[in-house]
Amino acid sequence: MDIAFVIEKFVLVAIIFGISLVIAMYSTYAERKVAAFLQDRLGPDRAGPFGILQPLADGVKMFMKEEIVPSNASKWLFMVGPGLAMLTACIGTAVIPWGSPIAIGDRIIPLQVADINVGLLYIFGVVSLGVYGVMIGGWASNNKYSLLSAIRAASQNISYEIAMGLSIIALLLVTGTMSLKEIVDGQHGWRWNVLYQPLGFLLFMICSFAETNRAPFDLPECETELIGGYHTEYSSMKLGFYLFAEYINMFVSAAVMATLYFGGYNYPGMDWVLANTGPVIGPLIGTGVFFIKIFAFIFFFMWVRWTIPRFRYDQLMHLGWKVLIPLAIANIVVTGVVIAVIEGF
Amino acid sequence: MGTSVFYFVATLSVIFSLMVIFSKNPVHSVLYLIVTFFTFTVHYILLNAQFLAVVNFIVYMGAIMVLFLFVLMLLNLNKDNEPLKSTLVKVVGVIAGCCLVVTLVGTLKATAISDPVILRNPNLGLVKNLGKELFGPFMLPFELCSILLLSAMVGAILLTKKEKV
Repeated sequence: MDIAFVIEKFVLVAIIFGISLVIAMYSTYAERKVAAFLQDRLGPDRAGPFGILQPLADGVKMFMKEEIVPSNASKWLFMVGPGLAMLTACIGTAVIPWGSPIAIGDRIIPLQVADINVGLLYIFGVVSLGVYGVMIGGWASNNKYSLLSAIRAASQNISYEIAMGLSIIALLLVTGTMSLKEIVDGQHGWRWNVLYQPLGFLLFMICSFAETNRAPFDLPECETELIGGYHTEYSSMKLGFYLFAEYINMFVSAAVMATLYFGGYNYPGMDWVLANTGPVIGPLIGTGVFFIKIFAFIFFFMWVRWTIPRFRYDQLMHLGWKVLIPLAIANIVVTGVVIAVIEGF
Repeated sequence: MGTSVFYFVATLSVIFSLMVIFSKNPVHSVLYLIVTFFTFTVHYILLNAQFLAVVNFIVYMGAIMVLFLFVLMLLNLNKDNEPLKSTLVKVVGVIAGCCLVVTLVGTLKATAISDPVILRNPNLGLVKNLGKELFGPFMLPFELCSILLLSAMVGAILLTKKEKV
């Protein structure tokens, strides 16, 4: 392990962390603008030109608010909850390949923090840990609405994890590897996995919506029934962390969907571009394409939120257990049979 | 370096598993148990068993413990409504615990200190190799285990159905 390697990874981690925070920040702004557009309003337009400084104003407001810990709350866990939500949201970015390797001189720098051979399962594990922040925060608040929300979050998370795992298995049958780097490289040019796994992608996307607690699956923070859900008792930056974690989660799951099903940094005609732009600019164009895909998914998340009303709780469970899981299993069987036929048993 | 990391993580495992027993609040117990499982994941990674590590992470930390926490939160146990245990139960508990300790110490004394096992293939824990082992030489035991799990699952579902089936 040479010192240049450590510095290189450290810089990469810092950049990715910074980018996810900035994107999460501006997702709040984008969300309000998209909502305004869909509802024929203007949205935030006071702070700076087009309201571009609104996230900063919101951040300052969050920091300045009074910090309240309810007297009956379990103090430590009350503080651990938002931190855990933030942590689990951020660590998912470690295994995502952001672009093809850059060559500076004779040093090749991969744009991925860690290429582990169980990358896909790592993502899945991080997703399944995500619920702890909500559960611990909701329980520690010692408020019945928060507790109800924590319990809803747990059961929703467990239910949709199963369908998500099953849709990943079908994807594994196609790719034959769990390393995200190899999955992306296998989708060179136009051979995106969504073309081979359309149903799998649909299932995975629905489950991502449920796992990130986004509408129409935002039952843990359903304000008409539960006041504010698990963050009812939170104020100041602790509340900010919860809200922020949701946007980081959205960014990470958009990145994962783009990586797994939409080719990551691959795009048609990339060979020509790579050959003509040099070893630094070429990969960075790929990264740019990857971010365009991510932004498209984030926009889709918002579009759905402001279009489709929230599910009822029994509808949520019905969809998860009786529709998505059987479909996912059928998808595995069909994929397996087709692969067996093509490869001649 | 590997050994010192092992001793550090092992100490953490022991401390946190003791905390599971000693904490008064059941929810805190479960949270300590989750941390204990996390240290187990680190142990697997130290043994270069990446697949086992990540599966331990997903299944135990991500699914089973969420369900434990879910049930405990629903029950909402705390000191006020905890049923009082009689002296008899406590005495029985102590005796049972002592028996377990005696058995464990006896077994540990009976086994000779083994030579460190050196794997023929140090990368056995990686997904590809593990899969080839499981679906090759160990096909039958592996399938039997999955049938056992399946029957347990069917049994659990049958138990929750109230009406006669």
